[in-house]
Amino acid sequence: MTLLIERHGLLATLQDAGRFGVRHLGVGQGGGADWIALRWANWLLGNPLDAAVIEITLGGFAVVAEQDCCLALCGADLDARLDDAPLAPWRSFVIRKGQRLSLNQARLGVRAYLAAPGGFQAPAVLDSCATVVREGLGGLHGDGRPLADGERLHWRAAASPAPCALPAERIPDLASRALLEVVLGAQIGDFSGQSLFDAFNSDWKVDNRADRMGVRLLGPRLECRRRDMISEGIPLGAIQVPTDGQPIVLLNDRQTIGGYPRLGALTPQAVARLAQCAPGTVLRLAPLGLETAQRQQRQLLAQWQHSHAAASAPARRTA
Amino acid sequence: MKLRIEPVAVDCLMLRLFDSIDETHMPWLLAATQRLRETFGAALIDLVPSYTTLMLHYDLAQLDDDQARTLIHQALHHLQPASAGSGTLHRLPVWYDASVGPELPLLGERSGLGSAGVIERHSQHEYQVFALGFAPGFAFMGLVEPQLASPRLATPRQRVPAGSLGIADRQTAVYPSVSPGGWNLIGRMPIPLFDREQGRSLLQPGDRVRFEPVERGEFLRLGGDDTPFEVQP
Repeated sequence: MTLLIERHGLLATLQDAGRFGVRHLGVGQGGGADWIALRWANWLLGNPLDAAVIEITLGGFAVVAEQDCCLALCGADLDARLDDAPLAPWRSFVIRKGQRLSLNQARLGVRAYLAAPGGFQAPAVLDSCATVVREGLGGLHGDGRPLADGERLHWRAAASPAPCALPAERIPDLASRALLEVVLGAQIGDFSGQSLFDAFNSDWKVDNRADRMGVRLLGPRLECRRRDMISEGIPLGAIQVPTDGQPIVLLNDRQTIGGYPRLGALTPQAVARLAQCAPGTVLRLAPLGLETAQRQQRQLLAQWQHSHAAASAPARRTA
Repeated sequence: MKLRIEPVAVDCLMLRLFDSIDETHMPWLLAATQRLRETFGAALIDLVPSYTTLMLHYDLAQLDDDQARTLIHQALHHLQPASAGSGTLHRLPVWYDASVGPELPLLGERSGLGSAGVIERHSQHEYQVFALGFAPGFAFMGLVEPQLASPRLATPRQRVPAGSLGIADRQTAVYPSVSPGGWNLIGRMPIPLFDREQGRSLLQPGDRVRFEPVERGEFLRLGGDDTPFEVQP
């Protein structure tokens, strides 16, 4: 029950939902940046939704199966191929012993999620195997190292479910222009009226400085009256604005506390979408009321509550 | 203490208890933390104390904004500060020496106290742990006497060895693991601060810390690494 990593590419890490209940110790969250794709990959195999998967960034990645099994691939279209045959994401598929799965280059999105039956095996560090390189926590060896060539991954379940595709209406739209919804808050009252107008009525471009810690956005300069702020806890998706006026959206590998003023935080759905925006992508920010945001998030979570794909109608199955 | 509650994310509320950094605030934050943990129970995902605030991350599957606010008020009703002796007192041995604390002579010069004076003053005070952050187990402590306060280095170092004791403005901290950093380093501490296997941090918000100067021999006996600080360009 193993996959051999032939090429790890730019960055491939084991991720689950991340670490919780430990933020007061200075331990970050980690976890799959596109948490929605991570969940669908597990759902397709009937796994616990937050089981460990491989997060593959931008491509250059290849694994060889050392036995027959069923895997699932969701998230970015990284030009995946099973040997030479193209393989579209958002489905589970059978890979035979000796076959090679390669993810070559980004065609749509940034991060792909590869799941295996029951989830990949890795030691739990603070109840999670999420790889946080900066903190030296999680991953295959528990020490924060990303996956490396020649490493072998085992998974937890002996049985493989039948392959199937995610129904089209459930596939997140990564192609149209991203409109990222923001729950307003934190220091928003300290930004100038012009800056608030600009924040939600301008195009923002994803900068090259974008990783699992944060994504810098380029656009109009946002001015905040507040300079010396006392550090405070940072939620996922927080939009902090350093003195240069260019916002940084903080993602899974962010620090736990920080002292830059913030406009608020992206909704979890918007965080997942931003995690798929390559540098150069143009996007917009839109304010969203807290009540609506909470309702929306509950609806989003409800879609995974019914039985998993492997138990669903045969009509969904693909050859 | 005057409580303000603000949303900071779809499932996070910021509890603002104070407006300034002060050692006397910590017993209040500590008491509030305990009460909130008890009141929220399994609906609490994370509670992050930091100087003047508590960020409360709750489970949206169990509570909405109104319910979370009601629980907060319930938890903090008639709050009394934790007793002065609360929070564990740690005595941490430090080898104060220029070979492992390259800014020790500089701080001695700036303060007019000399290296020996800096060591004496720094080790006389009992510090409060205000918050953990930056890295697992990294405890922001204070307040350092104004005479010893020193701004961060203009250019942070790429690599600060584990155990390095530093000062930045009126705060002091020990780096739990090797990391980049811009604090003024004045010594090294041999005791591990963060246990990766167990995920335990020696220092917790609200704890108190005293640094005790030790000689090199004692530092080594306690497991310290005396590799001299690499001079970097």
